Amino acid sequence: MTDVFMNEKFIGTVENADQFIQSIIEKRREGKFPSTLNLNLDQKQDAIFMQTTKGRAVRPLIIVENGKSKLTDAHITKLKNDEITFDELVTEGVVEYLDALEEEMSLIALDENDLTPEHTHLEISPLTILGVISSLVPYANYGSSSRMIRGSKLQKQGLGLYRSNFLLRMDTDVSVLHYSQKPLVNTFMHKILDFDKNPGGQNVVVAIMSYEGYNMQDAIILNRGSIDRGFGRSTYFRPYEAEELRYSGGLIDNIKTPDKESKGYRTEQEYRHLEKDGIAYTGAKLGEEDVIIGKTSPPRFLGEMGDFSITASIRRESSVALKHGELGIVDMTIITENEEGNRLVQVRVRDTRIVEVGDKFASRHGQKGVAGLIVPPEDMPITVSGVTPDLIFSPHSLPSRMTMSHLIEVIAGKTAALTGEYVDGTTFDAQPEHELREMLHGMGFRDNGTETMYNGQTGERYQAKIFIGNMYYLKLKHMVANKMHARASGRIQLLTRQPIEGRGKGGGLRLGEMEKDCFVAHGASLLLKERFDSDKTTVHVCEKCGMLGVVDTFRNKKFCPTCGNNVDITAVEVSYAFKLLLDELKSLGVYPRLGLESKY
Amino acid sequence: MSTKTTDYPALPEQLVDELESLSKERKLTADEKKKAYALLAETYDKAKISPGEAIGIITAESFGEPGTQMTLNVFHFAGVSEMSVTAGLPRLIEIFDATKAPKTPQIEVYLEAKYKKNPNAIKKIAVSLKETKLEEVVKGFSINASKMRIEARLDHAKLKTFGIKGNMILANRIKVRGVFVNQTKTLIAIKPKVKTTLGELYHLKEKIKLAFVHGVKNITHVLPLKKGDEYIILTAGSNLKDILQVDGVDTMRTRSNDLYQTAKVYGIEAARQVIMEEAEKVIQNQGLDVDVRHIMLLADVMTAKGAVKGITRFGITGEKASVLARASFETPLKHLVTASLTGEIDPLNSVIENVMMNQPIPLGTGLPDLVVRMDKKKAKK
Repeated sequence: MTDVFMNEKFIGTVENADQFIQSIIEKRREGKFPSTLNLNLDQKQDAIFMQTTKGRAVRPLIIVENGKSKLTDAHITKLKNDEITFDELVTEGVVEYLDALEEEMSLIALDENDLTPEHTHLEISPLTILGVISSLVPYANYGSSSRMIRGSKLQKQGLGLYRSNFLLRMDTDVSVLHYSQKPLVNTFMHKILDFDKNPGGQNVVVAIMSYEGYNMQDAIILNRGSIDRGFGRSTYFRPYEAEELRYSGGLIDNIKTPDKESKGYRTEQEYRHLEKDGIAYTGAKLGEEDVIIGKTSPPRFLGEMGDFSITASIRRESSVALKHGELGIVDMTIITENEEGNRLVQVRVRDTRIVEVGDKFASRHGQKGVAGLIVPPEDMPITVSGVTPDLIFSPHSLPSRMTMSHLIEVIAGKTAALTGEYVDGTTFDAQPEHELREMLHGMGFRDNGTETMYNGQTGERYQAKIFIGNMYYLKLKHMVANKMHARASGRIQLLTRQPIEGRGKGGGLRLGEMEKDCFVAHGASLLLKERFDSDKTTVHVCEKCGMLGVVDTFRNKKFCPTCGNNVDITAVEVSYAFKLLLDELKSLGVYPRLGLESKY
Repeated sequence: MSTKTTDYPALPEQLVDELESLSKERKLTADEKKKAYALLAETYDKAKISPGEAIGIITAESFGEPGTQMTLNVFHFAGVSEMSVTAGLPRLIEIFDATKAPKTPQIEVYLEAKYKKNPNAIKKIAVSLKETKLEEVVKGFSINASKMRIEARLDHAKLKTFGIKGNMILANRIKVRGVFVNQTKTLIAIKPKVKTTLGELYHLKEKIKLAFVHGVKNITHVLPLKKGDEYIILTAGSNLKDILQVDGVDTMRTRSNDLYQTAKVYGIEAARQVIMEEAEKVIQNQGLDVDVRHIMLLADVMTAKGAVKGITRFGITGEKASVLARASFETPLKHLVTASLTGEIDPLNSVIENVMMNQPIPLGTGLPDLVVRMDKKKAKK
């Protein structure tokens, strides 16, 4: 007796489970039951679970009976001639949808040639083992799986036309690539996704060689000529917003250029872009910390508005300004109301990003790298026919990672560029490499993709033949302009007097415990002291009680709060953090006593 | 002492002796010997560490960096003839923390010359080492309700495999409090001295099952192995003190991987050696390369006080002279409060305190100081 559950509800028992399952499946294939009905026999629990609920992922598979696929050549020709549709195959019982549970009791062949009588289903195509994004990697069956996974992950970070209505949107931290191109080497998935209509990369000429050591460790060399012609150029968008908040007592924020009397008024210079409404005009070129939306807020405490206080009308300045280290042009302004009915102003700032050293690029094979050097076009290596590469890729990135697909794309891309026809690089189903090579050979090129090249700086011929061809390269969203950070001096924390943290606030870069250990290990004693003296202070120690005394420089008097005037007070230089430690110990009731000793 | 020590007073005796014997072997001339001594002295001098070198931090970094690459697998099996041993980082932590109860204690039992090449003798000794419990040598236990006692029927075949002779009286070995034990040829009867209920008798039975009857306590497994041209016995579980008393065991070579037992039985120098060997073993296993001198330094520090001390706040780190140094490691509040109660004075002699106070650390370039010898008479004027 096997229990039967329908959508997690017990509905009865059956005598012969296998027979029952068989009959259900048969009826589903005949179209008597919905095609989304799936079931599974759980032998441990001796129960059959049937599911018709929504939200299960199902996938189509070709039905196999007695080791023979139900999909015949006749079906395929009919499909090709548009005589039948895919859905008709389902109603005919040629194809059916399985969910994850029913897959458990199926044996699915990947290829028609692998079929045995035990098989129950056949994959429509072996490439269905890949997902949407991993199918975008061309010739993925020639690469190692981990790199192909990385390659598909990198494509998600690639810049392109992320949304065709991007001009109307207020997205945070997005970029749009200029002059994006259709990939010369594509896969079936590119066609399905309409990748041609919103592509995410550019076709470049790649030479695989080293160049002056600037492409060590995955760095890439870029041709300045290509950049000048628009390679990797993108626009970065960032919205800024201000809301007229309401406070108790009928007080409200006011979006307008702040009065000069306002508390915290910046300089006139910083408000120069604002128009009458207090919002920077479209097309204004903003520098860092320039005000975009002028705003004032009512005083923080109502008590400040005493009857006789002249400060009553004084409002606080609370404008929105460009972030530290950013610049851009006002692109679009929206004035609207939010859910609470407050006036809301959103301003989108745009910034054109031209490729610079440190920007991140990647091919579609998990080969990512940072621009290490931008070379003038005349210094780039040159082929006999006068071609200079747009990008130079390091050969050392290849052996250990075994991304053969990267190399095959170079050959495929080269063939595509020379013939003027796109190459299909669909995994398991691509245009074979030998065909590409024959085509290359036919056009008068070496079939292995190498060419004789000349040093652009000296004009000498390279002894080695250089592997060169076309590839689809992605500019990734990580750009140095958003990341680079350094400081000499700046804001400090109130409590510890040490530099504040974070790039956005212009903070410092922490030299941590382990970095400190390196200084110690090198015996660089004084360098270490200098590195850590960001919070150094002079404290005055009472020699009698060992606590901190006071030096009054106005009256030229020294005294100790506990011991009085008649004591020796000595100045000592320590870190403020240590002074803080002493204070905190005192607050615990611990008496930290400093005993001073002459240094000499 | 001969001329050798006076010529090169800086050279340790052992090196001098070695060179002497080598020069005799190679028949060096006096001139050549002199050159060899000069070279030796120079090399020895170069190998010395300069004053002010931060050897502690360098050691810590030398272990810390490869530690990040270590695989975290705890156990390692390589075929049937291996025992499970804690390996990798967990074992390294065990060694350096001087864990009181390591996860996989082990003894390599070496045997005396007359046994070490005889496989049969080895097996016999191996069996006699394994801790045998009463339940392993009986057919079964039963409770005799009428006599209010527990009866265990002996299994003579099993007794034989464990090397326990039939006439050996197991009764005397069962050390459970408050019971009388009687033994006949086939039966062991255990009766409580005081009147008990049946329920208590049942609990007693469970306890009796695990009573130790034979072998060495805590040795849960034994494994005879061929090592080189002799046989040794590898044991899981360590009880060095008792194992050394077993006949045929070579007390000079038998070693345990338990630091505390080694220190107790063989002395602290042996414990130092075990720390070094065990740490080296882990590093070798992981295919890493840490200079022995770092390991030696750690082993020295851990054993310098005459007892094994781990690098924890209960071990050597907790014994640092400076309050601030201890507080900066772990449990700062505890150290600061006890220091204030006992009125501790921190001379600020070490690294971390000076980093905290932003003073030059007394290491490397911060170590040398200008010493001014003041003329006392002039100073008085």
